[in-house]
Amino acid sequence: MVENRPWLTFLTHFVLILGVIIVVFPVYIAVIAATHGPTALSSGMMPMLPGAELWNNVVQVWTEDRRGVAPFWLMAWNSLWMAIIITVGKIAISIISAYAIVYFRFPGRVLAFWLIFITLMLPVEVRIIPTFAVVANLGMLNSYVGLTLPLIASATATFLFRQFFMTIPDELMEAARVDGAGPIKFFRDILLPLSRTNIAALCVILFIYGWMQYLWPMLVTTDPKYYTLMMGVKRMAAVADADPQWNIIMAAVVMAMLPPVLIVIFMQRLFVKGLVETEK
Amino acid sequence: MDTKRTVFPSQGLPYLLVAPQLIITLIFFIWPAGQAVKSSFEREDPFGLSTSFVGLMHYGRLFQDPAYLASMGRTALFALAVTVISMGLALVLATAVNRLIRSGTAYSTLLLWPYAVSPVVAGILWWFIFNSTTGILPYVLEFFGVDWNHQLNGGQAMILIIIAASWKQISYNFLFFLAGLQSVPQSLNEAAAIDGAGPFKRFWTIVFPLLSPTTFFLMIVNLNYTMFDTFGVIDATTAGGPNQATNTLVYKVYSDGYIGLNLGSSSAQSVILMLFVIVLTVIQFRYVERRVQY
Repeated sequence: MVENRPWLTFLTHFVLILGVIIVVFPVYIAVIAATHGPTALSSGMMPMLPGAELWNNVVQVWTEDRRGVAPFWLMAWNSLWMAIIITVGKIAISIISAYAIVYFRFPGRVLAFWLIFITLMLPVEVRIIPTFAVVANLGMLNSYVGLTLPLIASATATFLFRQFFMTIPDELMEAARVDGAGPIKFFRDILLPLSRTNIAALCVILFIYGWMQYLWPMLVTTDPKYYTLMMGVKRMAAVADADPQWNIIMAAVVMAMLPPVLIVIFMQRLFVKGLVETEK
Repeated sequence: MDTKRTVFPSQGLPYLLVAPQLIITLIFFIWPAGQAVKSSFEREDPFGLSTSFVGLMHYGRLFQDPAYLASMGRTALFALAVTVISMGLALVLATAVNRLIRSGTAYSTLLLWPYAVSPVVAGILWWFIFNSTTGILPYVLEFFGVDWNHQLNGGQAMILIIIAASWKQISYNFLFFLAGLQSVPQSLNEAAAIDGAGPFKRFWTIVFPLLSPTTFFLMIVNLNYTMFDTFGVIDATTAGGPNQATNTLVYKVYSDGYIGLNLGSSSAQSVILMLFVIVLTVIQFRYVERRVQY
């Protein structure tokens, strides 16, 4: 700090507290709603303090079957698998392709790089129908493969690894070769251990990315057995106009958003690293 | 494009290594995009039995369609509003956190976590708050004489999605502004302070100009976000309604193509959006690359 200005420090804290209130407000309301019984919310004014029904609501979300959606535990299971497969798949295919692009010279290398680059320009939102058609023709609708495989190609992860590999001293690879290590051994015993932090940071970012997916699962699943949490809570909220059980819906929404939020809070360092580096 | 000074001599291995990535890219990205381009020039008969080449017909119709042009205007308004609001708030918060020494990290944690709230959940949360029967804000707004009903009032529906989308994006912008602020050399600030510049003057004449690469980068990213990643927000709050008032370009591709099954027009819309992303991506990589040097 350059100089001491008490009123400015006061203003700083005031602004930040206001900011935190704005940011926390919607989630606070949802949590409050999740702690009340069914009658408290439908009687006009929404209460501002927590009630005592949280546990009952949570139990009801986990055990009760609801119209139009799969059981909550199954959707949570699907979301978890989808996020994990996307995370592992993206990291695996992008680290090996970055390795090929940096440590080998082969015809078509530049073309491969540009093809990967192009994926940045084709978000699923702009090619909804044809991608759906491809997945349908391959018979992948309503399957984990269909949910995850089309989302696995990732230019950002490839770029991150490429950039990181470029910073590794050339001597390391030369020394490894002098000692008789082949490309596979070098990758496994030297490059992978060196990439550990980058992989961990990417895991955090990609898990959140996978967990958040909404449009794609909605397109490729018609069988409730493969519904994910994001679809599930949206469907629960959509029927709420007819049969409002806000306390249950908000309990489900809060639980559905909890895993990635906890990851951001408890792995903040990795999260920040991952986010800043993948966007570079 | 660089490789290492020495490389592994290998014939087949590199192809094997890039193959998984390339196969997925070709099957799920490039081929569908090509199909979208192709079917934007074609018309399919109602039974899907035959297609005929119609040239630019779909594009011509789109640009004469008042609904499409209106959707373009709405998307521009939405994107601009979200970008300005979320970046403005984030810059204020990041500047404030950057002033603090000890409590800064605690505030950061409290401001960062909404990044992990998915767009569709953000939509549901704000939809609940603004819900006309149980929502808290319509209740409050009534005291100010505002009759809130975003299911009937298009302007209010737009405000709702702008609030929800901006709220979700604050933490992202905050993180990058904070990183940018922390790389502004402290010596410049101190020199200006010695010369008698007050904190606000220092901010506008030193910090803000030095932050411009970050600001520019975030502008591009935020435009991209509001154009494409807000699908969940819109689907969970207004689903494009009432009366198309929040039907942005991306939502329209979905509602015309997937729900309305108007393939030709939806494909033409996809292609227009693709051009848009291409422009944004090129700008980002052409001009933003240098943003980390100070």
